[in-house]
Amino acid sequence: MNVSVGTVALAGLLAIPSLGIVLLAVIPNYRIAAPLNVILCAVTLVSAGALYSHRPEPSLYLIVDDVNTVFLIVGALVGFTTSVFSAGYIAHELQTRRLRSRDVRFYHAMYQLLMFALNLALVSNNIGLMWVAIELATLTTVMMVGIYRTSAALEAAWKYFILGSVGIALALFGTILVYVAAEGRLGEGMPAMAWDRLAAHSAGFDPALLNLSFVFLLLGYGTKVGLVPVHAWLPDAHAEGPTPISAVLSGLLLNVALFALLRFKMIMAGNPGVISPGPMMVTMGLASLIFAGLMIYRRRDIKRMFAYSSIEHMGIITFAFGLGGPFANFAGLLQMAMHSLTKSGIFFGVGYVCQLEGTQQIADIRGLTHSQPLLGWLLLLSVIAIAGLPPFGIFTSEFLLVTSTFAVAPWLAILLVVGLMIAFSALMLRIHGMAFGATDKHYSLGAYRLAPMALHLTLVAIAGVYLPGAIVAWFRHAAILLG
Amino acid sequence: MNPFDTNIAHLLAGSMVLVSFLLLYQDRMLPLLNIFAIHACVLACSVGWQAYVQRAPHLFITALIALLFKGVMIPIALRRIVVRLGIHRTIENVVSIGPTMLFGIALVGLSIIVMLPVTQSADTFVREDLAFALSVVLLGFLMMVMRRNAVSQVIGFMSLENGLVLAASGARGMPLVVEISVGFSVLIAFFVVGIFLFRIRERFDTVDLQALDMARGEST
Repeated sequence: MNVSVGTVALAGLLAIPSLGIVLLAVIPNYRIAAPLNVILCAVTLVSAGALYSHRPEPSLYLIVDDVNTVFLIVGALVGFTTSVFSAGYIAHELQTRRLRSRDVRFYHAMYQLLMFALNLALVSNNIGLMWVAIELATLTTVMMVGIYRTSAALEAAWKYFILGSVGIALALFGTILVYVAAEGRLGEGMPAMAWDRLAAHSAGFDPALLNLSFVFLLLGYGTKVGLVPVHAWLPDAHAEGPTPISAVLSGLLLNVALFALLRFKMIMAGNPGVISPGPMMVTMGLASLIFAGLMIYRRRDIKRMFAYSSIEHMGIITFAFGLGGPFANFAGLLQMAMHSLTKSGIFFGVGYVCQLEGTQQIADIRGLTHSQPLLGWLLLLSVIAIAGLPPFGIFTSEFLLVTSTFAVAPWLAILLVVGLMIAFSALMLRIHGMAFGATDKHYSLGAYRLAPMALHLTLVAIAGVYLPGAIVAWFRHAAILLG
Repeated sequence: MNPFDTNIAHLLAGSMVLVSFLLLYQDRMLPLLNIFAIHACVLACSVGWQAYVQRAPHLFITALIALLFKGVMIPIALRRIVVRLGIHRTIENVVSIGPTMLFGIALVGLSIIVMLPVTQSADTFVREDLAFALSVVLLGFLMMVMRRNAVSQVIGFMSLENGLVLAASGARGMPLVVEISVGFSVLIAFFVVGIFLFRIRERFDTVDLQALDMARGEST
């Protein structure tokens, strides 16, 4: 029984978005397409949820284990709430004629294609298939970033395309090297690309080849994660695309790229002869954290500022996984989940702010808690959450990370805390000006449209106060698998 | 593996590196497209030879994709775009040709120094193929960095992908899925690029990416 439910859920996870691509590509009417998009995402979320308790047997192509279910369920949840937010957002863009109905049709089909690619990347058991899925996700988001066709949007899309392609090319070279290393041991053909076999037999691979391949993979997939120094595409892509895409980029795509990196780290972990990948990831993570924290001070554009905050958090998560061990990995997983929820919630809020104020310039946005109190306070609380203050979930994970770092390497912990402080004060400085101050503007916005944002914030707050035992056990098991 | 087979494979892979150098210094647009076509044809020969030597018929499909798609269709399409946009004159290099070539030679040296010791357990066939492939990839990067024009950046990127296909075909018995998808992704990538080039033209009247930098919001 378990097997069949799991298989159906796995098939649903991939088939529903594929169906969605076709349906949404042919439905011209936005009023049907937007709710349909929401329904498709909801069914995908149900499939992802079913995989938590029902796991199908791994095949040469697909696998479901404790690690990828964490990413899958967080991803499907963010995908669903973003589709709800996107319905209202896109209606506004149509009214103000920033988008035409043809663009919207394209947008919805691309949204489902992106969901398909991300789900495929997460469940693939084949390092080649995973690469194809991530490349597909990159191309999809490139098209969505350029959808407004303003000069800035085109430049952002072009930059993203070039940097993303270069990254993905490096990752493919790394993938080929892993295959060459495995081929002698596992024989030619498919088995030497199946991740579970690679991880189980990596002790017999040539360590020098694995080392070299990891350098390529770290730079390649690291570009997609947005790690410094290969992050340059990320702020542009976040700032110039439609806001739902900024939410999906931060909440989903970055995680999936990091997940790919973790899969290869797990292969490396099985081989005693290799250089540990941990220090490389710790270094890049810390560099991203501190650099992005400093950059937040200098931003004048609200979406760009939160994009840098995403780089900062991906830095923290990469740092945690690089440090390794059950505690740091647990903190990394929790931070990943909390960051996805909080940051996509923030982008929902920022999307409304930009539409209401008609600008993305931080200096022009004032007194949100007066002009639209519910939105203003929700945004303020979300920023408090992302900055790492209690009682929200990010505080829990950052606290766990800092304490476990102190136990292993106190000097690193000091750098980590300094980086967290820089980003914290920068965010507080900026949000203060936007949330308070005198204003005589008043905006009306239906409270129901803020529901996705409120839901995310509530989940993060609950996780900060009380994590259910089942979730703790699940994350703990995933953390042990991650090594 | 008999020495003759290996020698031919190395000859073809080595020719790709040489053609990459031709791409690097060619500063006029139409000859650049022709050289890219040659690059793709040499790739097709190399992959075809691998298919024959490894007794791997599926690699012939990859070779065919390289020949027809990258060797014929893309150069023709790009030529039409270039002529329509009226940019078939010169490309400005950021650095002059001499230093670029020296840098390219250094990159080839680097890839040989890196690859050969690392792959000692693999047989010579795979080792040197990977070293050549990495050279082609790095030269492709160099070209993308050195050129400002969108079309020549795209050619740099495609030559880089040729290097990847060379590496994939040299890795013995690497499953078909990957190769076809590589071809496929290039197709998609090209579509994207085509759309973009036209849109860039619409907006700015130029495909010089420097003009795009000016248009950026934040940096000013």
